[in-house]
Amino acid sequence: MTEILRLENVSKSFGGNRAVNDVSFSLEEGEIIGLIGPNGAGKTTLVNLITGVHPLSAGKVIFAGEDVSRQQAFQAARRGLARTFQIVQPFPNMTVLENVAAGALFGGGTASVQDALELAHGELKFVGLDAVADTPASSLALPNRKRLELAKSLAMRPKFLLLDEVNAGLNASEIDGALELIRKIAARGVTILIIEHLMKVVLSISQRILVLHHGELIAQGDPRTVIEDPQVVEAYLGSKFAARVKAESHHA
Amino acid sequence: MKQFLYFGAFALWVAMIAATPLLADNYTIRIAISIAMFSAMAVSWNFIGGFTGYPSFSTAAFFGLGCYAGALAQRNGIPLVMAWLFATLFVTVFAALLGAIILRLKGHYFAIGSIAIVDLTRLITSSWGSLTGGGDGLNVPLLQGSPQEVSALVLYVMLAILIAAFLTSIYVDRSRLGFGLKCISQNEDAADMVGVNTTSFKIVAYTLSAVFCGAIGAVYASWVGYIDPTDSFSILLTLKVPVMVLLGGAGTLLGPVLGAGVFVMLEEVFWANFLEWNRAILGGIIVFLIFFLPNGLLKIQYRALYGLLMQKLRDAPKQAEKSS
Repeated sequence: MTEILRLENVSKSFGGNRAVNDVSFSLEEGEIIGLIGPNGAGKTTLVNLITGVHPLSAGKVIFAGEDVSRQQAFQAARRGLARTFQIVQPFPNMTVLENVAAGALFGGGTASVQDALELAHGELKFVGLDAVADTPASSLALPNRKRLELAKSLAMRPKFLLLDEVNAGLNASEIDGALELIRKIAARGVTILIIEHLMKVVLSISQRILVLHHGELIAQGDPRTVIEDPQVVEAYLGSKFAARVKAESHHA
Repeated sequence: MKQFLYFGAFALWVAMIAATPLLADNYTIRIAISIAMFSAMAVSWNFIGGFTGYPSFSTAAFFGLGCYAGALAQRNGIPLVMAWLFATLFVTVFAALLGAIILRLKGHYFAIGSIAIVDLTRLITSSWGSLTGGGDGLNVPLLQGSPQEVSALVLYVMLAILIAAFLTSIYVDRSRLGFGLKCISQNEDAADMVGVNTTSFKIVAYTLSAVFCGAIGAVYASWVGYIDPTDSFSILLTLKVPVMVLLGGAGTLLGPVLGAGVFVMLEEVFWANFLEWNRAILGGIIVFLIFFLPNGLLKIQYRALYGLLMQKLRDAPKQAEKSS
């Protein structure tokens, strides 16, 4: 296993507010990692730091052996660090196909617009949106918009994909569909970091879990150990929930 | 197919304008020059205002600097065509450097910043008397030839600039650059996230919006023979050009050309018939535009409109029968 992403003592302050405080961890290529924590714990800020949306206040981000602490967002995209947004960000008046082609053309670095459109067709098929390829992105309903975000990110040929609450606002069966898709993406060799509030989803999909609280990394490890960690129970899960999950996993 | 239609319509329109010196009087040629001039500036503005969706009001700054750069170059002994090229280059470099600063602003802030550039360049020009002649203005060496020959020459040069601008816009529209600019206009953050270098793309668009305005300015200065700061850096010009593009259809290829043509002709009609009211009427058009034609003349669903009209006409006799 080779290391793909390493954070060394990363911190970020907005004014006097320390949103991310001295976070360090290292991720292996091909892993699916869950990032959990209460609202306001700094999960999205951390994603923004990794993808160059915000500059770091302190620390280092190493991606594929290269120090990328000072990169800008578009450079992250070209390096293969793709992300989706909690609130989906389509190009509303372009067709679904053009949306995905934008990812291929700029992030994926295809040679021409024509090549980008072809590659986009493939990715739309992969996420199951080929039937609506020529409709404007603004006409899609939420589950399909989330799929579009995924297709757009995949067209960028990412090595590492950060998924910020891709399942928020979806119902149970839609979530199952989304999870299957995430597993299929992982099978392509893409390392995935997933921010998720639904514990059932996180536990079922992650090989490893990171827990943020007040901007600090309070626990990391395999799912089973993390949910039994007293600090995590205290900060996020609540004792009732922890007991229930524990009981369920004993039955299983 | 659609592209051939575009080319055809544009070529026909240019040919019509180009034919005026052979067929019409000097007054008509003047209007034709006006149309060519404003069309070229409208096509230029479309790069930043249409494709990129950044409401730039710098047009008059580029035009005015083009006027002065061309005039000063000629007064210092540089031959005519070289002076025009120098003015174009000067404005291009100016826009690229300025763009790197001003494009850090977004939305309304960018709009205000870009309009301030016009006033700033005007003030500098009128204060720097030793170089620019200040408020007294500058005499520009007159073009050689009879009035007819001069206006024909100016018209053809303006048309050449328009054609260059139009071809550039077709190229940009199909290229990676145009794709990126459209992404920026729809959602700049998302464009950044898919790997568009938004800052440099915007600078290129802003510079493209300046190049042809600079050239037009220099040719205009040679045509009129006298320039002064108020005429060259006119706020009215900076507002008119975006209105033309919006009238035709921002972000489309033919829209700016259509809008400029319609606008110049309307203005001419109002100017000739309502000398005191023409500005008020112009204001009325702008208001009408914002409320009823937000996407411009090109985006009207003419086929649906035609269908509706035919439907009404077909129904009319039946209605008449019923009521009788």
